[in-house]
Amino acid sequence: MFSTPPGHLHLAVALDGTGWHPASWREPVARPRDLFTAAYWTDLVTEAERGLLDFVTVEDGLGPQSSRFLDPDDRTDQVRGRLDAVLVASRVAPLTRHIGLVPTVVATHTEPFHISKAIATLDHVSTGRAGLRVQITARPNEAAHFGRRTVPRIDAHDSPAARQAVTDLFDEAADYVEVVRRLWDSWEDDAEIRDAATGRFIDRGKLHHIDFEGRHFSVKGPSVTPRPPQGQPLVTALAHDTLPYRLVARAADIGYVTPHDADEARAVVARIRAEQEAAGRAAEPLHVFGDLVVFLDEDPATATARRERLDALAGQPYTSDAPVFTGTPSRLADLLVEWHGAGLTGFRLRPAVAGHDLPAITRGLVPELRRRGVFRRAYEAGSLRGLLGLPRPANRFAAATA
Amino acid sequence: MSKPLKQVHLAAHFPGVNNTTVWSDPRAGSHIEFSSFVHFARTAERARFDFLFLAEGLRLREQGGRIYDLDVVGRPDTFTVLAALAAVTEHLGLAGTINSTFNEPYEVARQFASLDHLSGGRSAWNVVTSWDAFTGENFRRGGFLPQEERYSRAKEFLATANELFDSWRGDEILADQETGTFLRDAQAGAFAHTGRHFDIHGRFNVPRSPQGRPVVFQAGDSDEGREFAAAEADAVFSRHGTLEAGRAFCTDVKSRLAKYGRRPDQLLVLPAATFALADTDAEAEELAREVRRRQVSGATALRHLEFVWNRDLSAYDPDGPLPDIDPHVGDDHLSKGRAQVRMYRDPLATAREWRELAAANKWSIRDLVINTGNRQNFVGSPATVAKAVDDLVQADACDGFILVPHLTPGGLDEFADKVVPLLQERGVFRTEYEGTTLRDHLGLARPDGPRSERAAS
Repeated sequence: MFSTPPGHLHLAVALDGTGWHPASWREPVARPRDLFTAAYWTDLVTEAERGLLDFVTVEDGLGPQSSRFLDPDDRTDQVRGRLDAVLVASRVAPLTRHIGLVPTVVATHTEPFHISKAIATLDHVSTGRAGLRVQITARPNEAAHFGRRTVPRIDAHDSPAARQAVTDLFDEAADYVEVVRRLWDSWEDDAEIRDAATGRFIDRGKLHHIDFEGRHFSVKGPSVTPRPPQGQPLVTALAHDTLPYRLVARAADIGYVTPHDADEARAVVARIRAEQEAAGRAAEPLHVFGDLVVFLDEDPATATARRERLDALAGQPYTSDAPVFTGTPSRLADLLVEWHGAGLTGFRLRPAVAGHDLPAITRGLVPELRRRGVFRRAYEAGSLRGLLGLPRPANRFAAATA
Repeated sequence: MSKPLKQVHLAAHFPGVNNTTVWSDPRAGSHIEFSSFVHFARTAERARFDFLFLAEGLRLREQGGRIYDLDVVGRPDTFTVLAALAAVTEHLGLAGTINSTFNEPYEVARQFASLDHLSGGRSAWNVVTSWDAFTGENFRRGGFLPQEERYSRAKEFLATANELFDSWRGDEILADQETGTFLRDAQAGAFAHTGRHFDIHGRFNVPRSPQGRPVVFQAGDSDEGREFAAAEADAVFSRHGTLEAGRAFCTDVKSRLAKYGRRPDQLLVLPAATFALADTDAEAEELAREVRRRQVSGATALRHLEFVWNRDLSAYDPDGPLPDIDPHVGDDHLSKGRAQVRMYRDPLATAREWRELAAANKWSIRDLVINTGNRQNFVGSPATVAKAVDDLVQADACDGFILVPHLTPGGLDEFADKVVPLLQERGVFRTEYEGTTLRDHLGLARPDGPRSERAAS
């Protein structure tokens, strides 16, 4: 199903501020005062490209970061504030050549029409290296930043009302992705004809209204932006449970999951494949990546000490939705190979300290993976789909009229 | 002659979705591939232009219920292209048209503040409005914002965005790694806005950008539009490129500034201008005629006439006389998604005037459209054009021009290489950028944010 060399795994990094540990900004390598400059992001992404990684994701959100799950906090000891992820990805695109660029997009409060043309344009700007990570938000404060809807408050318990609210948000995200994808296909690849003889710039028979009607919004189309180089840029999503697994299985090219051991990885992959089958997409390629937070040092004791030092600065032990790996690149390589054998096709690593753990990935982990024969030695394709062994999809509207 | 020479401001509009663009020319390149934008932006920067400007459209134009296929169709997303261009230029301002009807202030303010950070202070926002339900069919808020609401929403949108930009003063980020204080102020970014169109509150999550706020442009010629420009804009895009019309517009719009406590030099007037350049004036005249013929095919002429007639005129011969039937006057227009349609507010009078013009000059339909629209503002040798540009600015018909070349992406090259040096020789155009931000290029003060405004009020 995939054209990736047998045994090869894929590798991405998730970029978020100075790193995923809340005290990461206090490390000497962290550059916290540069966070809002183009140079900071360019340096990180070019470092990832030096390691021949498949892609980077860029985190985003429609409100300040918070140490609390659903509400803002008033902390002054952590990084607050961030730039729009799509713009960061675009700013970096002309300065890189091979690496995929996957910004986060919040479906709950943005317009699928705008995002479709933005990601299509990122694909044009990067000549075929764009994707998006679709995310929902149930934060009431972020809804108040937009003021056009309220999001029901989700209490900590698994109440029926909370389940319903989350189900609605994921259903809306699924509609959102459907609209974005239809808009990418709303121009056939050869719609621009420039036929001087008849004076027609386009063949309007190859542009399509998408006529999407859903519970949350309706969109007419076609897009104002021609079909992007990849046809369909990559759609990715983080998923922790059945509802998001379903979104991944129905709508995504890559799902990020957070199992804590190989057996759990096997079980999660099986659940996603079952959802994929239920959605009638069993034959379509779908990557399942494992997400891990990583503290990497050549000496395992150094990695542990670094994590403890950061925890002390933060005032509490670091916890995450994803498993947290602390140790050597070599040991991490062993673990990734093992989990790869359990069905994960790749990994998205979240560097605990971007300035430290990203170079540890590109200069430590990557050579270890190569030594094991499971990672590329050169970029072998010109597009992100190509890197991931995904074919360029046919246009759904062209197929319908053919 | 005691009056000092005014400096000319120049900007460039990337040629795209309009019938100014001669896409059939063999030299015409892609209007989508990024390499075209890079070429165009680098030419503008090499010539020391103030900024590059992108227009926007949020639905493809239609005529008679079908997608319009005679002009360039399709364009990239404004923010995405501008952010990418920030990587391949160092000084050039990056101006984007962003609609205030089908966006929300929090998101747009984040995008502009991000663009300003990522470009080192080069962002500008051309605030436009839309009231048409046709475009609304692509958006969640959907259909219709009544026409009378459009400036009301736009004004409140801009005011709200400014509150968000000003919610960070610029000194909150301490990032002291020793003491562990990242933010000096836990309330950085706090805002609350309650108005007719927006009721929002919370925390803005992008720190103050190099320019504080993006430069604000406005482009509307109605009385409301002029008032909006006088109250809110740093520059106004006009369509009055001739001496008399330009002076009248400048006098009018600049006289409106005082009531908002602003000086006349706080609003630049920048008309859009097309040009035809050749080695000699005679060759340029010939080129201009040729370009106009290519911009207006027979089919284009008929479709253009339909903007006014609001009827299907496909049965008419573009090389024949104008229709003797009158325009259909109605609310539902044959042509959708096109700003030009609104220019003809009284179609019956326009039709009458055009018939008289055509009869007097023995013009066919195509001749009429060629001769009433898209006439190049500047036609001549580089010396002739440089003088004409300079003369209009010195005569206070405007403060400079937004050039709209007819070729993508090379249409600016000759102007940059041949006209700009002559303007520099005349002492009316910079030879080097004197600052780093777009506000520096335009001679605009940096807004200091809420503290100074409180002090001033």
